[in-house]
Amino acid sequence: MTTQIQTLIKQLTKRGEPMADNSVSVQPLSHWHQNATVQSGLLLVAFAFIGFVLIPDPAAWMTLTIAGLAMGMMLFVMTSGFTLVFGLMDVLNFGHGAFISFGAFVGFSVMAMFPELIAAGSFWTHIGLFVLAMMGAAVVVGLLSWAFERLIIRHVYGNHLMQILITTGGMIVAEEMIYVLWGHEERAWLKPDSFQGSFQFGDFVFEKYRLLAVIMGVVLFILLRWVFTHTRLGLLIRAGVENREIVKSLGFNIEKLFILVFIAGSALAGMGGVMWGLYDEVITAHIGQNLMITVFIVAIIGGLGSIEGCFLAALMVGLLTNYVGFIFPKLALVSTLILMVAVLLWRPKGLVPVSKGDS
Amino acid sequence: MFQSIRDTLPQSRILRGLLAVIVVSLLLAPFIFDGSRALDTAARLCIFIVLVASYDLLLGYTGVVSFAHTLFFGIGAYSVAIAFDHVAPGFGVLLVAVVVALGVSTVVAVTIGLVSLRVKAIFYAMITLAVASVATVLVSQLYLYTGGEDGMTYRIPRVLTPAFKLLDDKVLGVRINGKLLNYYLIFTVSTVLFLLMVRIVASPFGKVLKALRENDFRAEAIGYTTVYYRTAATVISACMATLAGVLMAIWLRYTGPDSVLSLNIMIDILLMVVIGGMGSLYGAIIGATLLVLARNYLNEAMGVAHNAFIDVPILAELFNPERWLLWLGVLFVVMVYFFPLGIVGRLVRGRADHG
Repeated sequence: MTTQIQTLIKQLTKRGEPMADNSVSVQPLSHWHQNATVQSGLLLVAFAFIGFVLIPDPAAWMTLTIAGLAMGMMLFVMTSGFTLVFGLMDVLNFGHGAFISFGAFVGFSVMAMFPELIAAGSFWTHIGLFVLAMMGAAVVVGLLSWAFERLIIRHVYGNHLMQILITTGGMIVAEEMIYVLWGHEERAWLKPDSFQGSFQFGDFVFEKYRLLAVIMGVVLFILLRWVFTHTRLGLLIRAGVENREIVKSLGFNIEKLFILVFIAGSALAGMGGVMWGLYDEVITAHIGQNLMITVFIVAIIGGLGSIEGCFLAALMVGLLTNYVGFIFPKLALVSTLILMVAVLLWRPKGLVPVSKGDS
Repeated sequence: MFQSIRDTLPQSRILRGLLAVIVVSLLLAPFIFDGSRALDTAARLCIFIVLVASYDLLLGYTGVVSFAHTLFFGIGAYSVAIAFDHVAPGFGVLLVAVVVALGVSTVVAVTIGLVSLRVKAIFYAMITLAVASVATVLVSQLYLYTGGEDGMTYRIPRVLTPAFKLLDDKVLGVRINGKLLNYYLIFTVSTVLFLLMVRIVASPFGKVLKALRENDFRAEAIGYTTVYYRTAATVISACMATLAGVLMAIWLRYTGPDSVLSLNIMIDILLMVVIGGMGSLYGAIIGATLLVLARNYLNEAMGVAHNAFIDVPILAELFNPERWLLWLGVLFVVMVYFFPLGIVGRLVRGRADHG
């Protein structure tokens, strides 16, 4: 028995190599866990189908579905960090919205540095600029979140009340800092020429930027999935979400892991802010605060701490918002709230609950 | 009843002095300060003290963070506004509106409480934020009844307007008119509501709430049903906020999303509670006063600093008078970090605890 544990510890503490061994990395997804993911995936398809039945015009349905998927992808990028931070360290960061706003503004400034490239560039230069803006936002927001963790969150681990209060305070300060650095007015942020307009196939119209957002979202999701299932780091994060104490007792520095996840999650929020800002074409310091509400709803529906749940819930909320917005324009936000209540009544811990050991 | 209220007064002399100064200035506000702006500030302060104290009932005594407090504030204000606008301004209508508002608030509070309080405190914070924002959206969508983004302006009973003259002569240089009557109506109702809350907190019920805050598991083990007490506290707090909203609607003669529903007001309430002191209703008085004064006078001080640093690019912007919230936000974080019990907690416990 003892030797078994020792070999296990040895295996786990071997650092630095990517996990080539698939059997080890897929195992921790328990049967129930996978089942919930499959169920939620089916639910998502059912959503799209119900939308198809209710919306008479297939072309309109297609447009709405693409729009919903695009919105869902952006929501996923913004929510994934929030939900991971909660899952791993039980920290509820109300300041997450401020990172979204900051990311949008940094991306805006990065893009504004190359006016001639935007005016004259081809599609691929624009893509390059877009990625550059996202990278810039990720770096700046990442650094900012590192300071945020050091100064503010570090001292309130384990105390939810204090976390909510102190991160709300942090959000106020961060938002005001945006006003200080970028001024009080809202900024118009037009898409580069090659992102505007749409493709047409028969009756179906595909807006370019929405397709781009969907592709970006899928790329990021696959990347995240890959990190989680194929690297040692991902394995550690998943293990930490399931049971922090055990990971700690196996000799890993969970604090460092957490800071890493916090920075990465906030950087993702910043990237989401860039995507959203360019989608809306207008940015204010308040966009993060407004999006925060949807981010919460998505995180709760998906199950706090669950990355698959977050992805499915984000797509679900995106589709629902667009379908309902088309049929009953006034009820879009209300419908997501109803969805949340319905999901919570069905599954109090969200669509894809994270098994939390005994805690 | 009065003895038990007196027992709740904070021990610190400085604090008692401060409270006395604030209450007396509010009582004599129309005679001490001149100008309608000062009177307006005083009335808002009275209303906000009730609102903040009712929020403290939730945050400080049950340890639950709600972001939907403005929702109840809004229910009160909008029911009065709709009643006065669509029916007629009168005291009978007002009474009906108040009863309806309290009913609606109770139902909403119980529903939110039952859905989310049993899950976890963090869910409560997130769900209330979502519910509050949905309510804001609904108000702007149902503009036929609520006036949408513009809000609604309406008439109030003539007795409470400046047009109504009680005496022809001025008393101590102040016109005795309906506006003054309105102010004293608000002052009196606010005082009664505040004392009522103080009494509730001092009662056995309040003691249970404190027990829940300190250790809900233990309280439940002794035999107090957590969900029942938390829901009851939520309902009381919601009803108090509703009544504060009613007062706001009567005083402003205008009700709109910005004046009663917006997230900014929620953040103001949060700042007032935390800076004043969580878990002490008297903290509401200190916190609300400080924030109202800061809003009016911090601006000016920052204007001076702004002009001094006008040549330094970012520094000047940091002291731009419009950025007063930045400094209050910093103060908020520092308070939560170093003095979680706020000014009142600091003054009452003082060195006895920390030394």
